[in-house]
Amino acid sequence: MEDTIAAISTSLGVGAISIIRVSGSNAIFIVNQIFKGKDLTKVNSHTIHYGFIMENDEEIDEVLVTVMKAPKTFTTEDIVEINCHGGIATTKKILELLLEKGCRLAEAGEFTKRAFLNGRISLLEAESVSDLIESKSNKQRQMAMSGISGRTTSLVREIRDKLLDVIANIEVNIDYPEYEDAIEITHENLKEKVEPIKKDLELLLKNSEVGKIIKSGIDVALIGRPNVGKSSILNALLNEEKAIVTDISGTTRDAIEAQMTLNGIEINLIDTAGIRDTEDTVEKIGVDKSKKILETADLVILVLNNNEALTTEDKELLEKIKDKTHLIFVNKTDLENKLVLETNDTIVTGNTKDLDGLEALKKKIVEMYHLDEIQEKDLTYLFNVRQIDLVKKALANINQILNDIQKNIPVDMLEIHLREAFDNLGLLIGETYEDELIDKLFKNFCLGK
Amino acid sequence: MKYEVIVVGGGHAGCEASHMSAFLGHKTLLITMNKKNIADMPCNPSIGGTAKGVIVRDIDALGGLMGKVADESHFQMKMLNSKKGPAVQSLRCQADKTTYPKNMLKRLEDTKNLTIQEGLVEDLIVEENKIKGIVLANGEKILCDALILTTGTYLKSNILRGAVSTEGGPHGEGRSNHLSDNLKRLGFTIQRLKTGTPPRIKADSIDFSKCSIEEGDQKYYTFSHDDQPKYKIEEQQKCYLIYTNQETHQIILDNLDKSSMYGGYVTGVGPRYCPSIEDKIVRFKDKERHQLFLEPESMYYDEWYLQGFSTSMPEDVQVRMVHSLKGLENAVITKYAYAIEYDAIDPLQLKLSLETKVIENLFTAGQINGTSGYEEAAGQGLMAGINAARKLENQEPFILKRNESYIGVLIDDLVTKGTKEPYRMLTSRAEYRLLLRHDNADLRLRGYAHELGTITNEMYQNYLNRVAKIKELNEFLKTTKLELTEEVKAKFQEQNFNLPPNKMNLQELLKRPEITFAFLDTLLAIPFSEDIKEVVEIAIKYEGYIKKTEKEIEKMLKLEEKQIPTDIDYSKVKNLASEARVKLEKIRPISIGQAARISGVNPADISILAIYLKKEYGKND
Repeated sequence: MEDTIAAISTSLGVGAISIIRVSGSNAIFIVNQIFKGKDLTKVNSHTIHYGFIMENDEEIDEVLVTVMKAPKTFTTEDIVEINCHGGIATTKKILELLLEKGCRLAEAGEFTKRAFLNGRISLLEAESVSDLIESKSNKQRQMAMSGISGRTTSLVREIRDKLLDVIANIEVNIDYPEYEDAIEITHENLKEKVEPIKKDLELLLKNSEVGKIIKSGIDVALIGRPNVGKSSILNALLNEEKAIVTDISGTTRDAIEAQMTLNGIEINLIDTAGIRDTEDTVEKIGVDKSKKILETADLVILVLNNNEALTTEDKELLEKIKDKTHLIFVNKTDLENKLVLETNDTIVTGNTKDLDGLEALKKKIVEMYHLDEIQEKDLTYLFNVRQIDLVKKALANINQILNDIQKNIPVDMLEIHLREAFDNLGLLIGETYEDELIDKLFKNFCLGK
Repeated sequence: MKYEVIVVGGGHAGCEASHMSAFLGHKTLLITMNKKNIADMPCNPSIGGTAKGVIVRDIDALGGLMGKVADESHFQMKMLNSKKGPAVQSLRCQADKTTYPKNMLKRLEDTKNLTIQEGLVEDLIVEENKIKGIVLANGEKILCDALILTTGTYLKSNILRGAVSTEGGPHGEGRSNHLSDNLKRLGFTIQRLKTGTPPRIKADSIDFSKCSIEEGDQKYYTFSHDDQPKYKIEEQQKCYLIYTNQETHQIILDNLDKSSMYGGYVTGVGPRYCPSIEDKIVRFKDKERHQLFLEPESMYYDEWYLQGFSTSMPEDVQVRMVHSLKGLENAVITKYAYAIEYDAIDPLQLKLSLETKVIENLFTAGQINGTSGYEEAAGQGLMAGINAARKLENQEPFILKRNESYIGVLIDDLVTKGTKEPYRMLTSRAEYRLLLRHDNADLRLRGYAHELGTITNEMYQNYLNRVAKIKELNEFLKTTKLELTEEVKAKFQEQNFNLPPNKMNLQELLKRPEITFAFLDTLLAIPFSEDIKEVVEIAIKYEGYIKKTEKEIEKMLKLEEKQIPTDIDYSKVKNLASEARVKLEKIRPISIGQAARISGVNPADISILAIYLKKEYGKND
């Protein structure tokens, strides 16, 4: 029998109510010892009971206790949840009482771990739960929930079924070469069959990019020569003095990160030190960092000075960002126009003194990422790197087939790619066993002690 | 009387098992009900087929007899799937039902250390869970150190035609009435399986003008690595193709309740992949017709086999069914189709060596293990023969992995997944089939065979010669550059191929999808035989695919290396699904890899098991 674990499962001190969850074979017995009200060992499963948490004869808190008996619970073990009043002191006190009576404090993710190990949820779902625990915004929570409900799983299962149909057909052709019962899979009809699968996978990936945006937000890097006004733009966007703003160029030595929300999506603004050749070692560190940020950012906003002609450095920056998603903000329109720009890039103009152009900038970002179109209800997204990576692999398998059809590789060979795609998707929804999975488990769940 | 090894049953499994154990130097007895039925082919008159043909090649590479006997006993040869990729090509011959058994018997009689005796085995002598000998129906006892049971369909077999059920095996032979009960008493789980065979038709009653011809291939092939072709292409016999029609279907539907299967007279489970004609009609209602093949059984008698028309209808209905077929309107049925049900053991009670887990030194092979097919039986017989010999020599068993041979796939499937219907090998069962090809059987297996001592020096030499030739050809391709003369250019243009750069070496050139040896041969002389060119071309052309498969194999082998201790107590592994626990307890897989292949054991169970091993035994990496 597993020991009984307990933990506070709501954020401490945030809500009006806190929930303490207890799971394990002794959960009901232990809670019953500190509960005044009905005898919890005799109540039906999945019922709620009013009463008090007691320390000896003293009432600690007035509570509602939910009793859920194995196996139809999240962990498949007996679970008791205590809904108490949300003060930090009271909540902690109740937890302490439980620990005194024989519970062990749960490790992070241990409820999920038990649910996974007891076969209650798949790995994908386990990952979703940990995403749920870590989620910050409402959209994130919803997305994590849709993972749990198996929405993604059923979508992936559908794609796998399509793959299996083709695989089975090819196998029949091989094993019964003289029978005309099955349609012969040729290069032509194989192409017809895998192209829709390719579309499905691409859609899943595209959705998952949206999923990534919901989960992690969009990293936006502001770049430009020193003193073109990057920090001022950042401050204006945030309405707060986060970056140090002076007129001396090179003031922002570190990348400064701040967050704002656009249409419910987190925008992580990164103000970079001006990128220029410098001898100053401290500043040089900042510059190197900026270059790195430039590489990892989802969106780069290049800030140019309306009051100066385009310099060589500006041109270099334009060259650097040409393969990244980017837009240009021409700042300081309150000053005389000396800038001549010949480009097809998206340009927003304005100045921070009059707070001009900033709304236009925000609107542009919303447009670029279709943030106004993100639907909260239909979230069949994958949103961690492992999942996305597996779909990418499956897509690569399908592309390989289309590619090798051109090379006239026999269909029964191409089937190898179909099987691999099938396996990759199997790994995604936990229907294929892979050794790395265990390594992953050991990493995430700190097993093997 | 005492022998080191006794083999019970002279079918395809028994022939290979007894030959191999004797060849390995052990005094061996082959006991059969009727010497005339040694290597009998009670069903289809062919050896090989998809996947099965590769099994025959593998048997030959390992020193077995089936390929060599088939080569000297057939009247038509065909390479199946020749238009598909190299991984799925497989040989099939129409074997003569008269000469094949004769030639096999001759080889067995010529085998040193091997005695053949007629008798019906009804009981086993077992002491302390170890086999000691057999008891014949006449009460005679024969002792042995190891026993291989290859009883085929003869355990409590019933022949069924409609409501008529007759006790006995194929050809009106007797059956073993008590052996399966005695096996049950000793702790074996017995299951009832069913298979069937179509009617045989008198040759001169067939109107062949109404049938379409199926010819043999116009190219020479042999199953054996050590033989030259023993037939003439132009002397091959024809087979014929005909179809069922609506009338046939109606007769079957009208009489369905009279068939043994649909009338409820059969308890055994039949194979899905080899359905009776009534199954096909019922299950595929929309199909307007089904293919049937007419194949001669022998050059020494005039019976034809009607492949695809297996049925358990009563005789009068069979006559009407056959007469509804085009070309068979006046056909005379010489043998009526029948279904046969028989006892088999549950292969989950076997080790990968084919030794039973229940009784030491007792091995089983062939249909008793739940398989179907001559080739599947022979492959197992060979392995049982090798492993019985090794057991007596206190050697580790010889186990073929899934990436080494179809025989490895077959046995692993049987002992890991079990079977509820007669198991037939299919290419789709072999996940690494790209490596399990017809052309490389010797390259995969002769090295092992040499180490095991299962082949002669001459056979080993044949293999070494081929390896040397392959190396030579590769060298030739690397060092030979193609000069783009006007003549060469013309050949490329003629085929609409892109011109290569001048002096490209032939190896690079062969990597191009359109360039084959067949084409290169028109440009310059490449003095190597077809079979050498084939192996080399496949390796060059499909290098990427082969590498990919090898990567998959690496992953698989990693899991195979994760051994599960033999003393593991599954009741202590918490949280296993109960189905998984039962299956693991029963099968007791030797590795995480094998455990993962058990049906009903899902990835979550494997994770839990892996975690348990890591926790309990620590050193599982």
